[in-house]
Amino acid sequence: MVTGDQATASAVQAPAAEARAAKARAVAETVTDPELPMLTLRELGVLRDVRVAPDGAVEVTITPTYTGCPAVQAMRDDLRARLAEAGFTRVEVRTVLHPPWTTDMISESGRRKLAAAGIAPPGPAPRRTSGPIPLTLGPPRTVVRCPRCGSRDTDELSRFGSTACKSLRRCRACREPFEHFKEL
Amino acid sequence: MARDDLTADPTGTVGPTAAGAPAGTALDALAEDHGDARWAYGTGFHDPLAGLDTAVPDGVDGDVLAAYCLMLGDDALIMSHRLQEWCAHAPELEEEVALANIALDLLGQARLLLTRAGQADGTGRTEDDLAFLRDAGEFRNVRLVEAPRGDFAFCMVRLLVFATWRLALLDRLTASRDPVLAAAAAKGVKEVAYHRDHAAMWTIRLGDGTAESRRRMLAALDAVWPQVGELFTPHEVERRMAEAGLGVDPSTVRAEFDHVIADVLAEATLPVPDLAAPHEPGRGGRDGVHTAEFDALLAELQSVARAHPGATW
Repeated sequence: MVTGDQATASAVQAPAAEARAAKARAVAETVTDPELPMLTLRELGVLRDVRVAPDGAVEVTITPTYTGCPAVQAMRDDLRARLAEAGFTRVEVRTVLHPPWTTDMISESGRRKLAAAGIAPPGPAPRRTSGPIPLTLGPPRTVVRCPRCGSRDTDELSRFGSTACKSLRRCRACREPFEHFKEL
Repeated sequence: MARDDLTADPTGTVGPTAAGAPAGTALDALAEDHGDARWAYGTGFHDPLAGLDTAVPDGVDGDVLAAYCLMLGDDALIMSHRLQEWCAHAPELEEEVALANIALDLLGQARLLLTRAGQADGTGRTEDDLAFLRDAGEFRNVRLVEAPRGDFAFCMVRLLVFATWRLALLDRLTASRDPVLAAAAAKGVKEVAYHRDHAAMWTIRLGDGTAESRRRMLAALDAVWPQVGELFTPHEVERRMAEAGLGVDPSTVRAEFDHVIADVLAEATLPVPDLAAPHEPGRGGRDGVHTAEFDALLAELQSVARAHPGATW
């Protein structure tokens, strides 16, 4: 716990350190997702934490969307490269699994940007109740609006799309195919 | 060792630090950053278990925990391989993408579990060491996953059985006292729920489809069912892990499995096959006793790694 005295002392002693930490955070927050370049990792909910140690080393914590997400390596590279450009020479990117990522962690601005890019944003992630996980034998009952024309008359072509996190749908009104960020 | 390259360079520095290197673009920074050279067949997580308490919990020794992680990890790895074999063979493009996505999810699960195994048994073997440098007798996957690819009906019936069984196991494993198993299971549950739904919908479409699709589904049920008994026959390792509150005794998920399968097959107008002769304990994949086809699978899976040890690209 940080007491008022300690906070004051650290603010007096290390304004530069705090500025550096804020800068590292700001830089990390500009890094975008390699597969969804319209979103930052922060908006995607993948960027968990950015810390700067007293010795200047930066530790960034991210969490994968899916266990096998191949973009994690590219995210690490991009974070390190962007921070290196900003003068942070010692950067460690850690990948954590807990708590597991869910689509509910995508921010409001992230959802708007997905829709603007033609990808229907996810609805609320399914809530687990107790007991066995129920089968879903038909198309999900949630309405997915067409990101182009806004029609609610869309159907699922395939639950698996170009990346693990998206499904493929079709709008029956404007007849365009589109991707849907599926709930996880 | 090439693997060490993935843990960043010795000073922990990144970026354009070499003398004379221009500072600036992301490309420069990457080009200078030899710390993240990709190993030929490993990528991504330099420490897949970061942020988790990786001490071996009390109640079992590390060898038992490791053996259990190998069982669940090998199931995922080998099932993933058989699904990957559908690339360029699926009946339609959307299905090819779906099968590849499912295979990728399972590969991710395998990587976490194999990493945990190599760490828990104290040998320090990596996920790659375990996937690519073990012989057939050291693999602990059930035999269901090693049967050859078969036709699309076989693929879907096997996936339905596998995903229904694994989802029930992982769902219970989220309560494991081992933080690594619990975290891996929590992620896996969400993924495998999609896999099970996908296989269930195809089972219904094909079982209640044309005369030919139905004929093939009936043949696939006949081919898969003799492997089902093994899934629910607990191995000594699984029993001990369950007793310690760390793992799941697979015999306890049988009722849930039967219930889900009965629902799907009824909807598909397919009969639930009779259970074949019970599995003989001590003579299955969990004991390292595999089928002849498994040798051929491993030869392909491991060929690059064995031909070029430690190669990077």
